[in-house]
Amino acid sequence: MTEPLIELEDVSYRYGDTSALEHIFLTVEKGEFWAVIGPNGSGKSTLIKLILGLIKPLSGQIRLFGRDASDFREKEKIGYVSQKSNAFNRAFPATVREVVRSGLVKKAGLFRRYPADADEKVDSALSAVGMEEFAERSIGDLSGGQQQRVFIARALISNPELLVLDEPTVGIDRKHMQSFYNMLGRLNREKGIAIVLVTHDVDTVSELVTHVACVNRSIHFHGPHEEYSRQESEIRTEWYGHAVRRVHHGSKAADA
Amino acid sequence: MITAIFDYEFLQNAFASGLIIGLVAPALGLFIVVRRLALIADALSHVALAGIAGSLFLSQNVIALAGLNPLYLGIGSSVAGSLLIDRLRELYKSYEELAIPIIMSGGIALGAIFISLAQGFSTDLVGYLFGSVSAVGREDLYTILAVAVITILFIVLTYKELFSMSFDPEYSRAQGISSRALNIWFMIVTALVVAGSMRIVGILLVSSLMTIPVAAAMQIAKGFRQAMLYAAIFGELSVLGGLVAAFYLNLAPGGTIVVISILILLLVLGGKKLVASRNTARNEEVETGEL
Repeated sequence: MTEPLIELEDVSYRYGDTSALEHIFLTVEKGEFWAVIGPNGSGKSTLIKLILGLIKPLSGQIRLFGRDASDFREKEKIGYVSQKSNAFNRAFPATVREVVRSGLVKKAGLFRRYPADADEKVDSALSAVGMEEFAERSIGDLSGGQQQRVFIARALISNPELLVLDEPTVGIDRKHMQSFYNMLGRLNREKGIAIVLVTHDVDTVSELVTHVACVNRSIHFHGPHEEYSRQESEIRTEWYGHAVRRVHHGSKAADA
Repeated sequence: MITAIFDYEFLQNAFASGLIIGLVAPALGLFIVVRRLALIADALSHVALAGIAGSLFLSQNVIALAGLNPLYLGIGSSVAGSLLIDRLRELYKSYEELAIPIIMSGGIALGAIFISLAQGFSTDLVGYLFGSVSAVGREDLYTILAVAVITILFIVLTYKELFSMSFDPEYSRAQGISSRALNIWFMIVTALVVAGSMRIVGILLVSSLMTIPVAAAMQIAKGFRQAMLYAAIFGELSVLGGLVAAFYLNLAPGGTIVVISILILLLVLGGKKLVASRNTARNEEVETGEL
């Protein structure tokens, strides 16, 4: 069996005195599609930043592709689409091609030019997200949904084995959201790219994902999607402050 | 004018320096503008003032330094200022812009002290404040050329990283790009261009050559490379027109260059509006507003 793509072992993180995440265990294997859900301020984005190595855990261990996260250099294996991508300055002068090409920046290496086949790669990444017509357009002229597809193309151009998306649909209208998620589902099924998606729209993605992790400082549930569906109402009750205390771990459900 | 340029070495120096600066300042300026650092160029130019004034004071009072070209201390203080700004920005992470007024007023304060020690404004100093057609020497030209070579090398070699970092800093960090080192180099190169430009446009107007042509270019460019090309063209037009006007009308070139660059900006804005209103009139007949 191959190494898991992401392994978090007893990971904790805090901002100053405020604990953000406590004792997180999470394993993401090749080809899986995870939805990470949780209320606002639950530490979902912190979890993503830890996985990407943008911040270091206070305790515990993170392994990426079997390597310790702090030694992990092959960043091009992880494609990242942030929440902030759609908050960039719309007046920024850049074509879609220039933005997507910048996904090769690490692969090409410092002081070097983009590889000769960069343009072909841009075209194929854009066609994977259905945006090949827009290559020469200015990024600021596109709609929010189109921009987010472009950012996915930027993440795809380095042929990642894992896509990490932090609430990518903020600011996209409902109509386009479904087709956006369907596109993610296709990337997952057809190209075998593992996906970790932080989202609010549990219902919209429920058909696509294979696994669900519910985060609220600690992970309250993680496991296959079918399992989650069965326990969904209980998990939600717990989030919204009722006195039920349930801790689910993996496929074993244990009532306290 | 054409013949004059062959006759007078000072004109050759001024035009050659001007053409170099007209290319380099807007090209680097594009990164400065999109990274929202326009004020930093201003702060650095005021730090350069301290160096220039200090150098003028020293050459008045220390015989061994009588022939010292003020450009060197100007460049030195501007680079030191850029490193200080970087430190302060790290120190006040959530109030990064605080570094700018601190450094800027510090520069003016030191400049004021040296100017009064040197018994007021000399014509030399006025030349540094607003630029000069006649005062650019060969040594200045070679220094400016060196600054330009460093700047162009920097932009060409780190273009990918600079673009990525400017467009999406968080994404760049997730990609493992060391923004810290790149930032420090970026600040140093900015300081060099600021100090190199002040001979032509003057300390008080340096930042305008880094921002106004860029502002015009961003209005019409579709992409980043295109914006850089337009910015450089507008920069060159401003410098050329400004130097010619300054020479014939006996004006400070800083003033004429900046006024021309603003005129270009206005023309671009007006032209864009005209094209847009024509297009909408045409499109209303053809399309029904679907994108």
